[in-house]
Formats: sequence, C-alpha cells, structure tokens
Amino acid sequence: MDKTVNQKAWFLVLPVFLVVAFSAILPLMTVVNYSMQDTFGNNQFFWNGVGWFKELLDPSTDLGGRFFASLWRNLFFSAVILAIEVPLGIVVALSMPRDGWTVAACLVILALPLLIPWNVVGTIWQIFGRPDIGLLGYVLNHIGLNYNYVSNDLDAWATVIVMDVWHWTSLVALLCYAGLKSIPDAYYQAAQIDGASRWAVFTAIQLPKMNRVLLIAVLLRFMDSFMIYTEPFVVTGGGPGNSTTFISIELVKIALGQFDLGKAAALSLVYNLIIIIVCWVFYTVMTNAGAERRDTKGVA
Amino acid sequence: MARIDLVDLAHSYGGNAAAPESFALKPVTMTWRQGGAYALLGPSGCGKTTLLNLISGIVTPSRGKIRFDGVDITPLSTQKRNIAQVFQFPVIYDTMTVGQNLAFPLRNRGVAQREIDARVAEIARLLDLTPYLDRKATRLTADAKQKISLGRGLVRSDVAAILFDEPLTVIDPELKWQLRSKLKALHRALDLTMIYVTHDQTEALTFADTVVVMHDGRVVQSGTPAELFDKPAHTFVGYFIGSPGMNIVPAVVSGREARIDGHTIRLDRNYDGLPAGARIEIGVRPEFVDVAPPGSGLLLANIERIDDLGRVRFARVRIGDAKFAARVPPGFSIPGNEAGLVFDPSHVHVYADSILVEGK
Repeated sequence: MDKTVNQKAWFLVLPVFLVVAFSAILPLMTVVNYSMQDTFGNNQFFWNGVGWFKELLDPSTDLGGRFFASLWRNLFFSAVILAIEVPLGIVVALSMPRDGWTVAACLVILALPLLIPWNVVGTIWQIFGRPDIGLLGYVLNHIGLNYNYVSNDLDAWATVIVMDVWHWTSLVALLCYAGLKSIPDAYYQAAQIDGASRWAVFTAIQLPKMNRVLLIAVLLRFMDSFMIYTEPFVVTGGGPGNSTTFISIELVKIALGQFDLGKAAALSLVYNLIIIIVCWVFYTVMTNAGAERRDTKGVA
Repeated sequence: MARIDLVDLAHSYGGNAAAPESFALKPVTMTWRQGGAYALLGPSGCGKTTLLNLISGIVTPSRGKIRFDGVDITPLSTQKRNIAQVFQFPVIYDTMTVGQNLAFPLRNRGVAQREIDARVAEIARLLDLTPYLDRKATRLTADAKQKISLGRGLVRSDVAAILFDEPLTVIDPELKWQLRSKLKALHRALDLTMIYVTHDQTEALTFADTVVVMHDGRVVQSGTPAELFDKPAHTFVGYFIGSPGMNIVPAVVSGREARIDGHTIRLDRNYDGLPAGARIEIGVRPEFVDVAPPGSGLLLANIERIDDLGRVRFARVRIGDAKFAARVPPGFSIPGNEAGLVFDPSHVHVYADSILVEGK
C-alpha cells in the first residue's frame, strides 16, 4: 500500500515550534549575534568576529582576567558547599526518625528554607549578619570576633557559604531520606545477624543504596551553586572588592553596568556551554549507573 | 549446635496488654530438636514469620522464653544468638564481591584473616560459588544471591540454626527444586537445625522431616508429612495439606456410626462421649473415598465434575449442601450423574470444634 502523503501534519507541530522559537531560539540567536559585534551606543553595531571570545579565553586581557577570576571563585564556592552540604545532608537524613508523627514534623521543618524566595534568603542573612543591628553580626562582635562581611573578604565568603548551607542542606537531606526509606528492613536485619557495626551498616548498606539520590543531589546542588546570583548579590553585592563576584554577577555587571553587550553575550555563551557540558557529564554518569542497575535486574 | 525450646512463647505487635485474641502468635510451647529440618507451614498472616523473627531475635517476644540448649537467650540481641537467617528477597551487600559478602560476618566478629579465607573458600565450595568469588555480587542471579545469603550464615562456625523466611519466592521454578535439594544436602552434611517458613505445602513436605502447621497465630499440628496426611489434628491441616484437601462435612456421630444426610457411615473406632454442644464434623481425605455405581447401602451423591490429575481422577460431588471430593477408581466410568460413595472406615476422622477426637 502506498504511503499517504499529507503535509498538513506539519501544522500540528507549528504551535510548539513557534513557542520554542520565540522563547528560546530567537533570544539565543540574538545573544549569538551580539557576541560577534561591538557597540558604542546609539544602536550602532560593528562586526567583531570571534574577537570577544579570544579576549574572554585569554587571562591576560581585562575581560579574560575577570572571567577566569570569577570562574575559579565559582568552582571553589561549589566545591566548598558540596563538601559541606552532602555529608551534612546525609547526617541529617540518618538522624531523622523512621516513623511516627515526628517524621512529618521533621519534613516540614526541613522543607521551610527551601520554600523561601532567593532574594528573601539574601535579605534575611544581610540583616542577620550586620554588626550594628543583626543578631549574628552583633553577637560575634560582642564576643570579640571582628566580623564584618562588608569589609572583610573571609567574612563575606563565610557568610555566603553558611547562607547557602542553611538554604540548601535540606534538599540533600530530603533526597537522602527518601533513599534511606527505600531500603527494605531485611537489609538491616541481615546486617544485625551478620554482626555489622553501625559504621559497617552505613558503608555496606546505606551509602550504596543512597548512591542514586546522592548523584541527583550533587548534580542539583552543583548546577544551582554554579549559577548562583541572587543571594550573594543581595548580601555582598559581589564585594568586598570583587571577592564574592561570581560569574553571573560579573555577567550582569558587564551587560547592564557597562552595557558591553558583545562581551556579555560572549561570556554568557561560554557560561552556558560550561553548564551544558557539566550537565552532560553528570547525565552520562547517572544513566550509566542506572543501566548497570537495570542490567543486574535483567539477570535476576 | 543447639536444641531450641520455646516456653509459653507469645507475641503481640500491640504489646502485652493487647487482647489475647489479637496476638500475632498465641502462646506456644515446643522443642526443636538439634539437627532437625523443620518447616513452618501456613497461609499468609498465620504468625509463622513472627515466630521465626522471635527465634532470630529481630522481634522481642511479649511473653515467654526461648532457650538454646537450655540457656535462656530471650534477652540477647540478634548478633549474640548463634543463628543465621535467609530472607524472602536476597540480601547482598551491593558494593562487595561474592567473597567479601561471605567474609562480612566473620570480619565483623574480628576473626583472623587466614581463618576467614579458609572458611570462605570452604563455604563457597559447598555452595558451588567458587567461580564467582571475585565477582560483584549485584551481577548474579537471584538464586546465586540467595546462596550468598545462606553462605553468610554458614561461614560462621558457631551457627546453631539457620532460619529461612520463604527463601524461594523470587527464584525461577526450575531452579527452585535445585536450590531445595541443595538445602537438603547441606542439612545432611552439616548437622544444623534448619527452620524453613513457607506457605507452599510442596516445599514444606519435601524439605522438612517435621512440619509445623500454623493457623491464626496458633501451632495446630507438628509432625512428619505422613502424620499430617494420615491424621490431621485440626480440620485446617486437613484441607490445607493435600490436593485436593480433606473433605470435612458436618455429621451426627454416635458410637461407631456417623450420619450424614440421613445416611449412615461405619466408623472404625468408638466415639461415645463426644463433648456436648460441640460442632461435630467428619473428615476424610479424597484418596480414601471411592466413587461406585449407585447401589443400596451407599451414600448417594451428585457428580458435578471430574478432575483428571493424570495419575488419578477425582470426582467433585455434592451431598445435600456439602461439597465433597472422591477418588474415581481406574477404568471406572459413571453412567449417570449420580454415584455412590465407598468410605475407608479406618481413614474417617471425627472432629469436635475443628479438633481431632481420638476414637477408642
């Protein structure tokens, strides 16, 4: 039988195509367009080819220097918060009750920080840490610690990190708790019979069974912290100096502060590319882990 | 190596104060012989897993005592009891190899490495796991995983009893009998007490030399497969074991006679002095009732259908309201849909309130 030719089917994908075009493709293409040009205001643009990209990837230039400095800051920040939030989240999940009404209470308390809007979190900590009227800042200074996140780099970093830990450890804890809940009782009973210590139960059963959710937690927390903007912007505004200026803050400074649309566009494309590559790496690792699991199920 | 005594052991998940009828395990006193192969048989929710978990120490009894070789171990934790348990779903430690899985209980108990290696090698050989010792345990099939679970129990030289909680549930049918015969061989070789929980009568009857039948939180009978078949102590045992199960029909019994539906069946023993007011039933296995051409002196029944099980045929008949199964003798064909029933009097049992009454 001959295949019916009916091109009208294209009309069915047209709405989706239009929505995607206006929401994603056209804005992205505009950015690509800007990244190849330079502007001196007056809506006049001059072709610059890959000039901005060359400058961006060369640390000796002003643009490149700022990009790499903020990139290292961002990576360092992500590494620190992952190193704190993942173990802390696991500890919180392990110490949560397994049943009874306390479970619901714990879940609600843990979920609270996650429900607070980013800029409110920033504002809370901005006020909390102020040496004059903030509870934390006042107390620290009162007991003799010279704490001031506006003037001291280390204090600014500590504030931003503690704020992120406060805001997001719950997410890791909730994911880990879900992973722990899915372990059948028989595993704990078998471990008891095998005479396993608390630590052996953790390393032999709980950690391997939390594998998958931990990967998801690491992925989410890495992406979120790598794209962080609002909270440090509200608390420190990227300062003191440039010490807490992350890539997104740098980007906004270039694009809206200096109105260097070309440089900002080039930076945002590279930023985007880094995120996509990291996502892809995580996705591949995670699906491979999943495939391994499915593979063993098939055999069983 | 131990004899296990249960003394007035009972458990309620609602605590000791719960109503006696709600107990998951009603008080039981019994002895498990050292080296015996026992099966705990009963439908879901009859308390068999509760009993198993009480012995292994996963659950602490509401009342009563458990003794291993006369020593009260009721307050001891699971680790301190010399038992191993194999669960319904294979429990293996994902990140470890087969060898590391087998070594885990010994390592936890601080056994010397040289001894661990020797034990693991020996047990792997017993369970045919030697070729897999260096493989990741997650990559094995369900039956191999169950063998690893079992192996983790066997490596411990101090293990007195191995408890199995429906261990063949997730095993493919063709591998089930292999694993079961492996268990029997191990039992003979190792002189260990084995307690095997199942709801499958074939598994129970082929594995165990003593089958303990449980019903509604109570041990209703404990005996060899032959005893359970020939002389069920409770009507539940009668129809739970055997395929088809025992025929149980209400009857009026006096002396050496039972009357069903106005018809008299001769009994081998004298049943005078049955408790007054009790619900009296007679029970007879389909294997001991033959279908015959309707004739005088025979209990008449309506044939509903005939099940051909290959080696033997059973007629499903009806006497009044009561359903009945009876053997159809080889080569026998029934002219109409009415037939007479011929009972073997020595295998007709009398039950008062579901409990077997011994005739004189």
